[in-house]
Amino acid sequence: MFNRRKVLLWGAASAALCGFCANVPARADDVVKIGLILPMTGGQASTGKQIDNAIKLYMQQNGDTVAGKKIEVILKDDAAVPDNTKRLAQELIVNDKVNFIAGFGVTPAALAAAKLATEAKIPEVVMAAGTSIITERSPYIVRTSFTLAQSSTIIGDWAVKNGIKKVATLTSDYAPGNDALTFFKQHFTAGGGEIVEEVKVPLANPDFAPFLQRMKDAKPDAMFVFVPAGQGGNFMKQFAERGLDKIGMKVIGPGDVMDDDLLNNMGDAALGAVTAHLYSAAHPSQMNKDFVAAYKKAFGNRPGFMAVSGYDGIHLIYEALKKTGGDTNGDKLIEAMKGMKWESPRGPISIDPETRDIVQNIYIRKVEKVDGELYNVEFATFEAVKDSGKTKK
Amino acid sequence: MASILTNLFDGVAYGMLLFVLACGLAVTLGLMNFVNLAHGAFAMAGGYICAVLVNQSGWPFFAALPLAFVGSAVIGIALERTLYRHLYSRSHLDQVLFSIGLVFMSVAAVDYIMGSSRVFIKLPAALEGQIDLFGVGIGRYRLMIVVICGLLTLALQLILAKTRFGSRLRAAVDDPRAAIGLGINVPQVFAFTFAFGCGLAGLGGALSAEILGLDPYFPLKFMIYFLIVVTVGGSSSITGPFFASLLLGIADVAGKYYVPKLGPFVIYTVMIVILLWRPNGLFGRTAAR
Repeated sequence: MFNRRKVLLWGAASAALCGFCANVPARADDVVKIGLILPMTGGQASTGKQIDNAIKLYMQQNGDTVAGKKIEVILKDDAAVPDNTKRLAQELIVNDKVNFIAGFGVTPAALAAAKLATEAKIPEVVMAAGTSIITERSPYIVRTSFTLAQSSTIIGDWAVKNGIKKVATLTSDYAPGNDALTFFKQHFTAGGGEIVEEVKVPLANPDFAPFLQRMKDAKPDAMFVFVPAGQGGNFMKQFAERGLDKIGMKVIGPGDVMDDDLLNNMGDAALGAVTAHLYSAAHPSQMNKDFVAAYKKAFGNRPGFMAVSGYDGIHLIYEALKKTGGDTNGDKLIEAMKGMKWESPRGPISIDPETRDIVQNIYIRKVEKVDGELYNVEFATFEAVKDSGKTKK
Repeated sequence: MASILTNLFDGVAYGMLLFVLACGLAVTLGLMNFVNLAHGAFAMAGGYICAVLVNQSGWPFFAALPLAFVGSAVIGIALERTLYRHLYSRSHLDQVLFSIGLVFMSVAAVDYIMGSSRVFIKLPAALEGQIDLFGVGIGRYRLMIVVICGLLTLALQLILAKTRFGSRLRAAVDDPRAAIGLGINVPQVFAFTFAFGCGLAGLGGALSAEILGLDPYFPLKFMIYFLIVVTVGGSSSITGPFFASLLLGIADVAGKYYVPKLGPFVIYTVMIVILLWRPNGLFGRTAAR
């Protein structure tokens, strides 16, 4: 009750003020609200926690005022269930009058909010979900994470050029897994490679044994793998158990499997896996070293690619506000974000003005032991990779 | 040929693991007539106890396994005395609601304490890799599972059939009132049986971390598998669930190997066919209570 009265008073006061100065917008509030919707519970919780942590870290380092406005982040947990995402986004937009919605752990969640962003004309900053179509669903969607096409096409190109001729694929049977497989196959076979075995593993898969045995019998040069981050460890352990590492089979794939978040717990089985990805905690730039050190100090573990996507997402919001001088008009903000370039802990990145999707370097990395811990050590770089998975060319 | 045998072995190991995880449920459901959907929570408890002991306190894996059993059994008996026993005489719906509530609480509690990411147990080097037996690749870890679970099954069968406790338990189950009249302490027998079932689940949880993965959602993810084992096996003995586990394990592995596109459905198809043929499970008593 008290709040409502207060709002009414403010409304009356600002209406009165407007009589004097016509230039000031009717609701002259000095707060910019960001509705952050993340999976903080459920199977995707590690994604949500990393992004939330990274945003807290960024705001600690850069203060919570931009262009004279105070930034307020409202965190909501959707447990990666799209119905929740939609409801929460609606509440945030209608009740809390947020100026941005951000986060979105999985593709269906990002898509569920797309229509609302369009109707409300506010930017939707996607900080995790990775299917290509997302940015096509609303002119107000901007992405700071990655697309699966980016890493999967690159690892396909790399594999052909580096003497891998026959590949068996093992991918989880869900949208990102199928995306990864399609893009890899396109580029790998176009370069002259051959897919000798193709296995789609159910998403809730308790045991990889039979699939791995099938891989072993197909005798490929390498295995292309995409499983949800949490299953990567089990996969690598069973890979080693079956002695596949000893017969010289390589593991390649997009880097999600070797997420920094989990890598160190996978044990030596993961050593030697080659993946293509946007970020490694071992990226050798000074900026990244500072970022990793600050993140470790604040939260006790190392940041993964989700953390860096969140860190860049909030940076993009800050910079867009600076550019508009604190104006929170959605169209102006999106216009400001298009083409923006900056140096991130992952390397140089920019927002494609055409697609509002991220353009970034994709690194080829190998799992190695550095100071007793497992890291993805980058050894080749493909510069400024755009998303090649858009349906509209 | 070699890969057929390897697959068969993998299937047996997987089936054995399912059996250890689920046989406690067969006991509570079949012998005590209590629908305990929270069974997986005890398995998860065992897994986490083992993981903490091995990874953080530096215990050897083989010393941590019995502790996983004991720890889960203690949690089991504590909950049985404080919560479960009040629900023995209630309807099955009450039991389902109660135990599913317990599952959600355990998921949230473990998520809060241990974090949501997967936990791995550091294994001794002796258990890693495969040994080559006449050209057949046998995973060492899986071999250990087969050995442990095989011995356990034998022991369980002997306890139930040959010991005094076994006959008391069977008597308590068949007719609790008559058993009480004969001076058998039925609540005590049930409490002990329940704790033992939880302990077995805990051991199974610790063993399965390597193969099935261990995270806070374990009880929800594998609930369906436990229930399949118990329904297919019939819940009136432990031989039923044992053969059901083996059958399902082998069918699952073979299905995924030979028809990977249909792989995940094989286990359900087998279940449906068996239940059409024998609605009370393979070894079910036709006149269930």
